[in-house]
Amino acid sequence: MNSQSRTMTGYTATVTVRLKHGVLDPEAETTQRALERLGFELEDLRSADRFEIDLEAADAEEADERAGEMADRLLANPTIHDYEVAVEERE
Amino acid sequence: MTVAVVQFGGSNCDRDAVRALAHLGVDAERVWHADGLPEDTDGIVVPGGFSYGDYLRAGAMAARQPIMAEVRAAAESGTPVLGVCNGAQIGCEAGLTDGAFTTNRSARFQCEHVHLRVERADTPWTAAYDEGDVIEVPIAHGEGRFEIREDRLETLESEDRVLFRYCDADGVVTDAANPNGSTANVAGVLGARETVAVMMPHPERATLPDVGGTDGQGVLRAFAE
Repeated sequence: MNSQSRTMTGYTATVTVRLKHGVLDPEAETTQRALERLGFELEDLRSADRFEIDLEAADAEEADERAGEMADRLLANPTIHDYEVAVEERE
Repeated sequence: MTVAVVQFGGSNCDRDAVRALAHLGVDAERVWHADGLPEDTDGIVVPGGFSYGDYLRAGAMAARQPIMAEVRAAAESGTPVLGVCNGAQIGCEAGLTDGAFTTNRSARFQCEHVHLRVERADTPWTAAYDEGDVIEVPIAHGEGRFEIREDRLETLESEDRVLFRYCDADGVVTDAANPNGSTANVAGVLGARETVAVMMPHPERATLPDVGGTDGQGVLRAFAE
């Protein structure tokens, strides 16, 4: 390895995509009703999609940035979704 | 005019579209997405179906296939482009039009006839109708609820880019006549150019007289000019 090469680290970026506040979620409503039919008491239920992305990056910031770009370009639809990214170093 | 009906894995209205167009005397052919648009393409239909199994979101995968960059470029240069049902979802996801189509208010797949009010008659898609006309066409979708950011809806309406709204048989736009909970009863919209449109209802299923109803012919006649 020469001194020019970057040291890459393994990260897991977790992208959570959820409907924007106020956007109707018929699937969540149906799920809530099904839980209530089973006898559970609950106030509300929200659902979200979670993507766990393993990637190599120079640092956590780069991993975060790349996962954010993946959310912008595919994982989330900005018309209806908000998303957040959390990055953790892989063991 | 040769119309390319773009077929993805899971498209299932491509043959219907070709047949409906042929009935109107329009030369149309199915084009497998990976083959790209033929050089003589001067009209494009993105047909209905369940491309890529609706993975992630309906239309999300197909919208990011390379052919959609070609479709966008063609749309920008004035080629008529129509997205129907899954094609409408793909069109929104690909940025051909504003908004998104997502899970029906009922959370169910709905297959039924609906009434649409023609909001504009001065577009290629509606030249066969008069403004305010009521047409009857089928829907068949689980994710047809039109959603759009509030400020963008204002822009869409102020720019008069709503093509069709769900209405009752008398042309009155009511919540009861809204089959899927679409924002402002929107069933179809125009893109940046009037030559680009997406709609959830199926005009190609209301074109051949022997399958019940011909009210959708007018939409496809845009390709006959």
